[in-house]
Amino acid sequence: MSIEVKNIHKSFGNFVALDNISLDFPTGELVALLGPSGCGKTTLLRIIAGLEQADSGQVLLEGEDASATHVRERQVGFVFQHYALFKHMTVFDNVAFGMRMKPRAQRPSAAKIRDKVHELLNLVQLDWLADRFPAQLSGGQRQRIALARALAVEPRVLLLDEPFGALDAKVRKELRRWLRRLHDELHITSIFVTHDQEEALEVADRVVLMDHGHVEQIGTPEEVYRHPATPFVYSFLGAVNHFHGRTEDGLIRVGEDVLQRQPDDFAQTLAQGASVVAFARPHELMILPDVGAGEGVAAKISRILAFGVTARIELDGVNGASGQHFEVELTREQVLQQGPAEGQQVRLVPSRLKVFEHTGV
Amino acid sequence: MAGAVALHVGGDHAARFEGKAATRETPLVKWTIIGLALTFFAIFLLLPLLAVFVEAFRKGWETYLTALTDPDALSAVRLTLLAALISVPLNLVFGVAAAWAIAKFEFRGKHFLITLIDLPFSVSPVIAGLVFVLIFGAQGWLGPWLFDNDIKIIFAVPGIVLATVFVTFPFVARELIPLMQAQGKEEEEAAVVLGANGWQTFWYVTLPNIKWGLLYGVILTNARAVGEFGAVSVVSGHIRGQTNTLPLHVEILYNEYMFSAAFAVASLLAMLALVTLVIKNWIEYQAARSYRTTYGTSQQESAS
Repeated sequence: MSIEVKNIHKSFGNFVALDNISLDFPTGELVALLGPSGCGKTTLLRIIAGLEQADSGQVLLEGEDASATHVRERQVGFVFQHYALFKHMTVFDNVAFGMRMKPRAQRPSAAKIRDKVHELLNLVQLDWLADRFPAQLSGGQRQRIALARALAVEPRVLLLDEPFGALDAKVRKELRRWLRRLHDELHITSIFVTHDQEEALEVADRVVLMDHGHVEQIGTPEEVYRHPATPFVYSFLGAVNHFHGRTEDGLIRVGEDVLQRQPDDFAQTLAQGASVVAFARPHELMILPDVGAGEGVAAKISRILAFGVTARIELDGVNGASGQHFEVELTREQVLQQGPAEGQQVRLVPSRLKVFEHTGV
Repeated sequence: MAGAVALHVGGDHAARFEGKAATRETPLVKWTIIGLALTFFAIFLLLPLLAVFVEAFRKGWETYLTALTDPDALSAVRLTLLAALISVPLNLVFGVAAAWAIAKFEFRGKHFLITLIDLPFSVSPVIAGLVFVLIFGAQGWLGPWLFDNDIKIIFAVPGIVLATVFVTFPFVARELIPLMQAQGKEEEEAAVVLGANGWQTFWYVTLPNIKWGLLYGVILTNARAVGEFGAVSVVSGHIRGQTNTLPLHVEILYNEYMFSAAFAVASLLAMLALVTLVIKNWIEYQAARSYRTTYGTSQQESAS
């Protein structure tokens, strides 16, 4: 089933949680709502589920306005961050709950319920735990039971609120892969909320990046990572270096240094001397030995972390860039070739650069 | 219920603390403190309890039984039970409703409601009784109207029930509010998303989670309803065989120098109190046990 939200607005007192959000979730996709805590992603999920009421705007399920539909009639499956399993019920009873609560006329027979519960428990590979209580399960098991319980009512959409947020890193990784496989099997329209960019990029078909109640960018994981649309997305997805400077004939100047030799297309459209911030990922920077003031930003190597496949080099800006910190990623070969040393004065030249006009603070 | 649970869970910790030489107190300190506590306990708690039973049986079994089977005494027992029988269910329903509203919903005037629930605790029982006299008494607001319609509240059974309901008002709600607040509303939300209606959510999800706290509140309510003296004394009018509850009956007997009879009836109340305590302890034990099974031990927690 497709989900569409239109012009959703929601505030808590003076705090605007969602500001005019319009999104489209096509049938069968697994979409991640990604953003820092407090960006409104969970609120949006709860509004779609009906657990929260938007101040204005519409939620369309399969093209029909669901704003007036009660939560229990929306046929959504909701998985809570802290599982919200019924503590006093066994795993079996937890999964059977949704079917047992149906009005008598629609309720399946006891035998049917039993078969369905075991089918679901097999799907989440935990059939052997049917008689246990939630307290006797590990976090990962609880989350899978919560998912089985949500699927028991045959929801038309699946909403997951930080599903792996409360788990440790190893289990989280395992469950991610498992969720992806499950989705490929069931093809149920799913939205999951996360603040973990790795999780979103790895699992989702599409990623919706949110910040301060706004949608910053929508796209495939590849798109949002390779071509971030806003400074926020750039800083939020992966490590990144910021260069604070100003434009001059399409060149970016940081202090007296010129960041790159070629004029930047975007920077050329800006007014002379406009304040800009330029982004480059750690692997998109080259370290050149200090060759005068020809090109690049002057910096001093403060630390070299040379374990693993790649080496990380931390630098402090000098001259115009003083007070700014940079990070460069080099392969081991490059390190051996160039032989950088701590305390050495170098110049940083970006191989790829994305420039935004600097607004606000 | 939090208190009850903490009591049982804390026990293991204290034993471990005492078991190690490094954390143990010197015997002198230990026995001084224990001795002080025991002396205090003996003088102020055990001695009065013993005194009640000793005095009750001073003139032998026969006097004891006569005092209890006296028509006035039996009528007092009946009235006391009636008052408890009405006030306990009323306050059970009200307490659950109030706790549910306060713990699971946000609304204007919530703090005012919480303060209001505490009112019977903070007001002297005598004042509480007086309030009812001022409202329903002959000179009170509704007095003339009640007189014209031949309805008796003050100096009659309804007044006693009203006063009892008032003083036992907070027990169930006060017990449940922190418990329900701690539990949050995620489970209820999960139930609703799974298609349960309001009643099903309450019956299958909320109630099982609060049952021990609720029972504890009911026990406390019952104990207070049976033992209440002040408020009931003001509205009762002390009409023998009609508006005397057990505590009032004890007072009358005592004032008439019928000490053995007074203590005999008092022993009845004391026994009721003891039974209540036993039930309360059993509930605490059960609650701690269900707490352990629902929250598991740290060992089970980490197993996967």
